Amino acid sequence: MRWKETDYAGWGRVLRAHGQIARPEKLAALKAALAETPAPAIGNRRSYNDAPLNSGGRVIDMTRLDRILSFEPETGLLEAEAGIEIGEIARLFAPQGWLPTVMPGTGRATLGGCIAQDVHGKSHQQDGSFGQHVESVTLLQGERRVSASPTRNKALFRATMGGLGQTGVILSAKIRMTPCPGTMVRVTESRAENWDEFIALLDRSTAPYVVGWIDATARGAAMGRGILEEGELSATLEPWPKKARRVPLDAPSSALASPVVKLFNAAYYRRVPEEGRIRERPIADFFFPLDKIHDWNRLYGKRGFYQFQCVVPPGKVEALRAIMARIAESAMASPLAVLKRMGPGRAGMMSFPMGGYTLALDFPARKGVEALIRSLQQMVLEAGGRLYLAKDALAEGETIRAMYPEHGEWAAICDRADPARALETDLTRRLGLRSMT
Amino acid sequence: MSETWIILGATSSMARAFARLKAEQGARLLLAGRDMAELRRLAADMRLRGAEEAEALALEARNPATFAPVIERAEAAGGMISAAIFIGSMPEQAAIDADPSLIEGVVADSFTGPARFLQMLAPVMEARGGGTVVGVGSVAGDRGRLGNYVYGAAKAGFATYLSGLRNRLGREGVHVLTVKPGFVDTAMTWGLEGMFLVASPEAVAASIERAMAKRKNTLYTPFFWRWIMLIIRLIPEPLFKKLSI
Repeated sequence: MRWKETDYAGWGRVLRAHGQIARPEKLAALKAALAETPAPAIGNRRSYNDAPLNSGGRVIDMTRLDRILSFEPETGLLEAEAGIEIGEIARLFAPQGWLPTVMPGTGRATLGGCIAQDVHGKSHQQDGSFGQHVESVTLLQGERRVSASPTRNKALFRATMGGLGQTGVILSAKIRMTPCPGTMVRVTESRAENWDEFIALLDRSTAPYVVGWIDATARGAAMGRGILEEGELSATLEPWPKKARRVPLDAPSSALASPVVKLFNAAYYRRVPEEGRIRERPIADFFFPLDKIHDWNRLYGKRGFYQFQCVVPPGKVEALRAIMARIAESAMASPLAVLKRMGPGRAGMMSFPMGGYTLALDFPARKGVEALIRSLQQMVLEAGGRLYLAKDALAEGETIRAMYPEHGEWAAICDRADPARALETDLTRRLGLRSMT
Repeated sequence: MSETWIILGATSSMARAFARLKAEQGARLLLAGRDMAELRRLAADMRLRGAEEAEALALEARNPATFAPVIERAEAAGGMISAAIFIGSMPEQAAIDADPSLIEGVVADSFTGPARFLQMLAPVMEARGGGTVVGVGSVAGDRGRLGNYVYGAAKAGFATYLSGLRNRLGREGVHVLTVKPGFVDTAMTWGLEGMFLVASPEAVAASIERAMAKRKNTLYTPFFWRWIMLIIRLIPEPLFKKLSI
């Protein structure tokens, strides 16, 4: 197996690694690579942080193991190799009447990645997390092939959903899809003039898919203003949108300077009329709005960016308001800011979701941002909330372990599955996740 | 009735991308190669992506006895038959220098095997009066270079063969497309030094599709390789022999 020696990074590009990557195109090649060096598997590196990195070591890129293995048209049960992209599954099966039940904000995430981070989508309240729709998963633990499901190897299954790839190389999985009448989404957009109105709109919404864009630069009375998008699948059939445009170069750091973001946000807010509007949008546009621009992370320049995502319990709305206010005062956020409701659904011991509200924002890497994010993390901890391991690049291990009460049990299962700790990544080392205390 | 496509060397990533385009168009696919377990996985993938049928067939470029069953299988399917050839092998030149007997394998994989297969298929295609042959060569065949001249020589032989085959089959309505990819992001080039402007297998497959629609004879893909290779071919031999490009 040829290993490529290279620099690589997660989506946020702040944390980087130098190491060797194998990219098998056949099952036999994967086994050969693992026999040579047991190493963590990575997908399209859509985690923002160091979850897909192994500095100085080796990783196995799974993106070429992307075959669909089986599909039942009556039940929507699909089995595929870990490297297939969620957006590709949607593109192929929506016209046949089925859609992955949970889809993250980018269609470029791989099936294996969605499992390793137990991702959530815009329907979390209704549908729960990705792993709750996994019927079974097949892992390679060294030479051994092991299957786990909610009824067989239960503990291993719960350690694998959201398990950061630490229980074995995710080879393939069977997922339950959801019926989908067409290829479009009927989207209702409403303005929320401030924080309280936004929370009230979110609480009132009964739509299956709900996502809020929040203007992270608005202060004072307008603090927390934004646009709520409520979607339901429509029966309209339209051709799938064409491939994405590309960002050819790293943007200069001034591209997302505070005045630019403020102007952009104001225009983006006013784009939706005061009385709101309803329109039909392609599934890919609604679920994966940023995929329309390939490599959009380059817009943040070569220094990269941080993403901060937290969830707080329903009773802690005031704490979240304080977090939002601090962000607005900082004038450091980018236009990409999302507020959603979250249900209690989670499939694994290290899954992010908890009932409440989740807030996600990008911050270009510049002076003061790290300190700001650290102070936000402290506020989340005090509110009894949680940080997302697909995003976090700055937390301390102690903070994270306090937020994930099943962590010790998870680490013990990982050690049985991977006693040599060969699957550790920069993330698990930074946070000391594989240690049991 | 839908088209039948024979894909030779179907487990390569370029072949996979091309076969998937054909699968989504509802073609019947005969996926031929050496790794049967892998081919069966691919066949399932192709069926689930819309191929009317997809079958895994054993074929080895170095063993012509394996050719006839594949051709018979295509004949049995009825309708138009087309073939895309993605086989070839590229050991490092240093390995060949150490063991000259490797040359025969390279030539069989990249030239004589595919040529013999197409020679056997040609009468069938002529009889059906249509279809397309996609022969994937390489820009390496355009000029013998220090780094891989055995591979280049085999690909050059294949390109010349395809040009003759085009001359013959064109008279019967069969189109022959010679494809000369530059650097493509496959297992063959993964981690090699000196790669630049690397194209994805999906982009190459899409360009083959467009070239077929326009009935182009030779496709350099990505397109700028036509100009890169033009320059490389124009370098006078007395100078070229001193270069190591």
